[in-house]
Amino acid sequence: MAAQAVSLSQKEEAGKLMLSAAGRWISSFAGQAEHLVTELERKRSKSKSIAIDVSHIEQLDTTGAWLLERMRRDFEDKGASAEIVGLNPRYKILLDEVQQTNTGKHTEEHDDPNPVVGTLSLLGEMAVSFAKDTGEFVQFLGAAVVSFFRVLVRPWTFRFTSIVHQMDRVGFRSVPIIVLILFLIGAILAQQGIFHFRKFGAETYVVDMVGVLVLREVGVLITSIMLAGRSGSAYTAELGSMKMREEVDALRVMGRDPMEILILPRMIALIIALPLLTFIGSMSALFGGMMIAWLYGGFAPEIFMDRLRDAISSSTFWVGMIKAPFMGAVIGLVACVEGFRVQGSAESLGEHTTASVVKSIFLVIVLDGAFAIFFASIDW
Amino acid sequence: MANVEIAQERTPKPSKVPDNYPIIRVRDVWVSFSDHPVLKGLDLDVKKGEILGFVGASGGGKSVLLRSIIGLVQKQKGTIEVFGRDLDRLSEQERQAIERRWGVLFQHGALFSSLTVRQNIQFPLREYLDLSERLMDEIAIAKLEMVGLPAFVAEKYPSQLSGGMIKRAALARALVLDPEIVFLDEPTSGLDPISAGEFDDLIKALQQTLGLTVFMVTHDLDSLHSACDRIAALADGKIIATGPIGDMLKSDHPWLRAYFHGKRASSRLNGKKT
Repeated sequence: MAAQAVSLSQKEEAGKLMLSAAGRWISSFAGQAEHLVTELERKRSKSKSIAIDVSHIEQLDTTGAWLLERMRRDFEDKGASAEIVGLNPRYKILLDEVQQTNTGKHTEEHDDPNPVVGTLSLLGEMAVSFAKDTGEFVQFLGAAVVSFFRVLVRPWTFRFTSIVHQMDRVGFRSVPIIVLILFLIGAILAQQGIFHFRKFGAETYVVDMVGVLVLREVGVLITSIMLAGRSGSAYTAELGSMKMREEVDALRVMGRDPMEILILPRMIALIIALPLLTFIGSMSALFGGMMIAWLYGGFAPEIFMDRLRDAISSSTFWVGMIKAPFMGAVIGLVACVEGFRVQGSAESLGEHTTASVVKSIFLVIVLDGAFAIFFASIDW
Repeated sequence: MANVEIAQERTPKPSKVPDNYPIIRVRDVWVSFSDHPVLKGLDLDVKKGEILGFVGASGGGKSVLLRSIIGLVQKQKGTIEVFGRDLDRLSEQERQAIERRWGVLFQHGALFSSLTVRQNIQFPLREYLDLSERLMDEIAIAKLEMVGLPAFVAEKYPSQLSGGMIKRAALARALVLDPEIVFLDEPTSGLDPISAGEFDDLIKALQQTLGLTVFMVTHDLDSLHSACDRIAALADGKIIATGPIGDMLKSDHPWLRAYFHGKRASSRLNGKKT
């Protein structure tokens, strides 16, 4: 077994307690040294005068010096007089430094609140933050609209290049994934439809189902959800890290409105890109449905097209398309608000990016529900 | 007592290297980035217990050398020895043992933004040692106060601190394991002259008490004058001169003359004389 790296021995001498510390009082052995010191602190000594002899210490660092100092203070707190003697002069400055630290009152840790109170207060906080969210979204939307009108009045400040760049990022580059996903979804819908309708001999109605479902709901919903995950999160992370590095403040002090430069191009790009992507996606879904109807259901594309022409009207198509720009606005709005809420830390950036995706998907679905009620009541 | 053995095993073994052997020995180091050589066969010795100031033009490769010593930048050629051990010939474990013996202060502090200052300082303690919460708290506060920050800062997050406070807190983290070498990357940049002066004094005091070796990349002429024992100047990928500040001032090398006798430097010298 290895020898003790640190030791602390004691002896009484004419009412005086002599402690002798030896060995290597460094952070690597701090666990051991602390054990010795707490052991000693626990024992009550009657001596009023204590000397801590440190002349046998081979090596001392801040942690070791602090433990010696802590021991000395502990004796003094109990009303004894204690001093450190025999200190190697090269450690004097170190001990002096340490003696000036930890002089304040030790702050008490907060104890955990009652779980019921905790849950209630959490619920309350959530309600308040929901109200705040709503307020902030409305305010932000207002500010975005105001800056949009400001740009309309002064069209030369319109950031055309920026919008094109953003549209390339969120629109053009999303085309492959949107096409692929909606193709698969159209195919799955058709396959399920054929499989179940076959029991009633109503296979041909699968065309009605796929056509209406894709054009009215699925096309726009899936596209919106994809963009919320793909572009909304990117917006939040981008704006958040710009905020963290004071880039947003830099824009502001140069007399430029971040709303106009950062937010507006992103929101406009989303509002334009989402209907386009919805259209491309819906077509891809219908194509997927048609392929499955041909390969699995056995009706030729011409028959599918004929049925489709009977099954849907232009209003079916427009219901889906009208919703798309609103979805784009909601995604852009949530992404930008959350991005601007990021505080200094990396953790906060992650938190708000998550919040951005979750909230925008939620709002997209809520909005879709509201549109469903609206279109039902105007009989479209 | 298993504890003791574990502790023993983790402790740096006293090296068999002679005392006068340089603690950092860099020989013929080449580093280039996409065919653009930054360091071209650089040699440098850092002696045990000294404060070495490392100067050079901005973008000249000072930080590159620092980062290749601590292993963040891959060198193409050459050897780097620290504590007498060639860093290329170490096992994973030996390397970790050596990394524990140095501390690094990054230029912008590099505090973990999602941890409080106290948790930041305690991070190395928690990773390497097995200590009670109380002792870790006390050590964190002690280090914080030693670098000149008040104790209440401990519960703050890095984003709530000023630039100078971040530097000090980061130094506290670099020093928490009482390393033998500290690497400082522009420690006084962005500090007011009073804080910078205190920082120099602090480095000096720590060097004297802990026998610390300090490798300091700096542009602060005051630090070079008051804190550094020796200065190494880097130009064109090589060390062009090493020596105490007096030698630097006497040197005839055009870059050194421009550096130490430029407008900013000479106004400082003149100011001192009057």
